[in-house]
Amino acid sequence: MMMFGASKADRRLLPEGRLAGPMPWVIAIMMFLTALAAAGGLAMESAAARLGADLGRQVTVQIVLADPAKRDQEADAARQLLARQQGVTEVRRIGNDEMQALLRPWLGDAGLERDLPLPAMIDVSLSRAGRDRLGAITNALRTAAPHARLDDHASWLAPLVSLIRALGLLAGGIVALMVGATAAAVVLAARTALNTHRQTIDVMHLMGATDVQIARLFQRRIALDALFGGVLGLVGAVGVILLLGERMREIGSELVGSIALPWTAWIVLLALPLLAGVLALTVARITVQRALGRTL
Amino acid sequence: MAGIVQFENVGLRYGTGAETLSDLSFSLAQGGFYFLTGPSGAGKTSLLKMLYLAQRPSRGSIRLFGEDVVQLRRTRLPGFRRRIGMVFQDFRLIPHLSAFDNIALPLRIAGVDERDLVTPVREMLAWVGLADRASARPPTLSGGEQQRVAIARAVIGRPEMLVADEPTGNVDPEMAARLLHLFDALNTLGTTIIVATHDIHLLSRVASANVMRLDRGQLQDPTGALRYPPRPDFGQEARP
Repeated sequence: MMMFGASKADRRLLPEGRLAGPMPWVIAIMMFLTALAAAGGLAMESAAARLGADLGRQVTVQIVLADPAKRDQEADAARQLLARQQGVTEVRRIGNDEMQALLRPWLGDAGLERDLPLPAMIDVSLSRAGRDRLGAITNALRTAAPHARLDDHASWLAPLVSLIRALGLLAGGIVALMVGATAAAVVLAARTALNTHRQTIDVMHLMGATDVQIARLFQRRIALDALFGGVLGLVGAVGVILLLGERMREIGSELVGSIALPWTAWIVLLALPLLAGVLALTVARITVQRALGRTL
Repeated sequence: MAGIVQFENVGLRYGTGAETLSDLSFSLAQGGFYFLTGPSGAGKTSLLKMLYLAQRPSRGSIRLFGEDVVQLRRTRLPGFRRRIGMVFQDFRLIPHLSAFDNIALPLRIAGVDERDLVTPVREMLAWVGLADRASARPPTLSGGEQQRVAIARAVIGRPEMLVADEPTGNVDPEMAARLLHLFDALNTLGTTIIVATHDIHLLSRVASANVMRLDRGQLQDPTGALRYPPRPDFGQEARP
């Protein structure tokens, strides 16, 4: 079978076997780092999108009143008003037990006395349209419940989403640098191979071999080395990614849990060795043809 | 016969030194047999390099197969090189390839199908007396055997022109005679043969051959047979 355009007989022209030089191992290390950076970037992008889409549509209404009767009265009025608003998909008052459970880690059981005045809290979910008319909802809420205070989750999530996006971009930059470094490694490998096989190349040239014929011998070898190194590096990276995923799930945080790899990201990761092979093939071809172009 | 090689005022200089070859003007006829002689350092190998397109001249014009190869685009050179067979002084066999694969190399480069090259390569191996050494690699062959492989590789593609640099330097007299006979047979089939040699005994082995003598980078052509452009009165008496 002709692989990468060189026949079995042609392949004998370059005698070294697979893994003969450092090239596959260098590519394996680069692929390991590239895959980790790519996974990080893709997970960050996915998390930023999810946080922006889901948590950004959450608001919490707090009613801070010392008098429990007035507090409940305003809370009911606020809940009823919010439920009637266009764009509000869910309104849920947080019960006293749930509030105490949230506070227990900070105050302890002793701090949660029965007469401790806790604010009334209402979780509100908005649709995209509701998000757009948040100003109108806030104005209506002030009329129905003058002591209500509305906390927009998006206002404190925005810097976080921005940070996550920046980390995603950083990961993208690292991937780009790794691609450049891989290409440079391929150039060095191709030049070394050219020097090693100079005698064979000269003889072939004088017998009428074209630059393309000679480049084909090198590009095939280097692409296979890159493919092998790529698969090796990816296997290592996938192991690390799965391990990290397991650790993050154990944390049980909604925020940390939002950092996950979608299936599309897995496809991108699995395609990386193939892309490394194609990159190596292209770079090797260009390098060899350029070097040969300087000879007669 | 038409000229297959035409040199006109060709000079060759390596770097900034003196010219290795100066003012070469000659014409070689298609189907001719030529010996190139001269003392060591006369420039024989440099002249051969220009003939098999491994070297461009510093000045002058060279026409091969009717085309100016000095101005020829690099991408067209492989097509010309496939029409030329070469036997190098140092053989230049590929050490990790078997004798079979070394001889098959020009055919593979020319794109001959694997099934179609087995018979001619085996025939060529038999002809040079190496039928039982087909799978041997050059480092395991003697100097003479390597030279025979190199010659077989040069002629397997039936080149229009064969350029050989000291092709009998490492073989015994009997094998030298056989190789010359092979060259003569190829010449009879129409291949132009150019053989650079120190061995003055070879010159008389091919009756129809012309002798080109290089001395200190200049071609000595006492008969005028190689002169280019030809002498106006140069006629049938001079071969070719």
